[in-house]
Amino acid sequence: MSDSGNVISVRGLKKSYGSTQAVAGIDLSIAQGEIFALLGPNGAGKTTTVEILEGFRTRDSGDVSVLETDPAIKGAAGRIWRNRIGIVLQSTSDAGDLSVQETVAHFAKYYANPRSVDEVIESVGLTEKSTELIRTLSGGQRRRLDVALGIIGSPELLFLDEPTTGFDPEARRAFWALIKSLRDSGTTIVLTTHYLDEAEALADRVAVINHGQIVEVSTPALLGGRATSLATVSWLSESGPKSERTDNPTALIRKLTESYSGEIPELTVKRASLEDIYLEMIGGADEAE
Amino acid sequence: MKQNKVPSALTIGIARGGLEIKQFLRQRESVVFTLAFPIMLLGIFGSVFTNELTDGVTFSQYFVAGMIASGLVNTGFQQLAIMIPVERDFGTLKRLRGTPMPAASYFIGKVIVVFATMVIQVLLLLIAGIIFFGVNLPTSPAKWLTFTWLILLGSAASTSLGIAFSVIPKSGRGASAVVSPVVIVLQFFSGVFFVFTDLPAWMQQVAAIFPLKWMTQGMRSVFLPDSFAAREVAGTWETGRTFLIILAWFIAGLFISIRTFKWEQQK
Repeated sequence: MSDSGNVISVRGLKKSYGSTQAVAGIDLSIAQGEIFALLGPNGAGKTTTVEILEGFRTRDSGDVSVLETDPAIKGAAGRIWRNRIGIVLQSTSDAGDLSVQETVAHFAKYYANPRSVDEVIESVGLTEKSTELIRTLSGGQRRRLDVALGIIGSPELLFLDEPTTGFDPEARRAFWALIKSLRDSGTTIVLTTHYLDEAEALADRVAVINHGQIVEVSTPALLGGRATSLATVSWLSESGPKSERTDNPTALIRKLTESYSGEIPELTVKRASLEDIYLEMIGGADEAE
Repeated sequence: MKQNKVPSALTIGIARGGLEIKQFLRQRESVVFTLAFPIMLLGIFGSVFTNELTDGVTFSQYFVAGMIASGLVNTGFQQLAIMIPVERDFGTLKRLRGTPMPAASYFIGKVIVVFATMVIQVLLLLIAGIIFFGVNLPTSPAKWLTFTWLILLGSAASTSLGIAFSVIPKSGRGASAVVSPVVIVLQFFSGVFFVFTDLPAWMQQVAAIFPLKWMTQGMRSVFLPDSFAAREVAGTWETGRTFLIILAWFIAGLFISIRTFKWEQQK
């Protein structure tokens, strides 16, 4: 059932809730060692798809293989499978009466090959908070603890659902570096996020899901024909700010240099951002929160 | 090649038990409520009803037996049926579901914390009873044996029924309103606050379906003189039947828990 080399392989996945079709036939292949981002508006089928891959939800039809295993697996075999994956859920707000160290050390006991507790706490930047009770942590610190619990079992495959919500910019950078280092050590990472800059910074490939189907799978740089899309050249002319969309910005700038003696005032050349392309793909009308 | 031998369900369950005890002791409100409340009740009832029920048996003596049995229901059934929906709301359970921890370990952890709480509660109740209300401890080894299996089996049954009942509250916030009335009504019907044989017959018959009546009766067989057995409904302590009925409830609770346990609130 699984393609060789693929950590995740999905064919014709479908799932309905009552009369609502949440996932309407999805195919996906995620290779070992890549960071794969799933983008899509709320209600697009993103969460349902990921929760089926994580084994939280059953599917109506389709073939799904995650680490050569059907995620619907139960019992002892299910435990062995879960031992190989890490899941960071969207929001968990529990066990405020335990310290960071106690919590991570406890979760380490669930796994066959846990990582070092202190190392994991350090890698998420919580060493200084190690002995503090969880209820004294800020939102971003709690989130980093969630990540620590997701990676304590040294997973081969890590699911991250909106991992950096509530992070300050510095913490986000540090977090991105952590995720990249996990990828570089061979961990496959499936990321769902609302932050397009996060997908751009981290993902090797992105998939855009809308209305329960995959719109496109590509690298962040090539998604939606981004690399060849029109560029916008803006500058300050005598009559005020001007901008022009062109598929040949170099020629336009050459022309502008002739009409200005020195610097072209306030010159910028802007390619479509991942966000622009994404919003266009999902039809703009949908809430892209 | 990594080895994939995950720790056994029992190993993880014991670790969970230790963690749950730690969490319990750090929640001051629940410590006070669970441990001090029964002593307060003993203080109130022991002061109000100072009469002797029969030769040498004070109401306090009768009441201590009822309070210990009642503690089994409070620390197990009530506590869990309220706490598990909260853990479900917080996403605690869903996160656990995503790890190699099996459901059995979660259940074992709950049994351990309930049992540990029960031991502390019984000790406090007995100490307060002896010091303030002249409660007598049983002297025969047979009675202590009955006491031991009542606490062990009672904790297990109460835990399994609490886990089974935890699917009923729709949310953590509403759980207390659903669970507490069940417990309070059972306490009145089962002869915790009043002498059981003084209750109307229909109340006794309803109570006889549920385990609390049997737990209180069992505890009376431990704390009251054997001559008092004549004043029970059946005229004896019915020790064997008590054991079987509590065991049956334990098995039923376990069976329902395994079949219906929910890791997350269905939306």
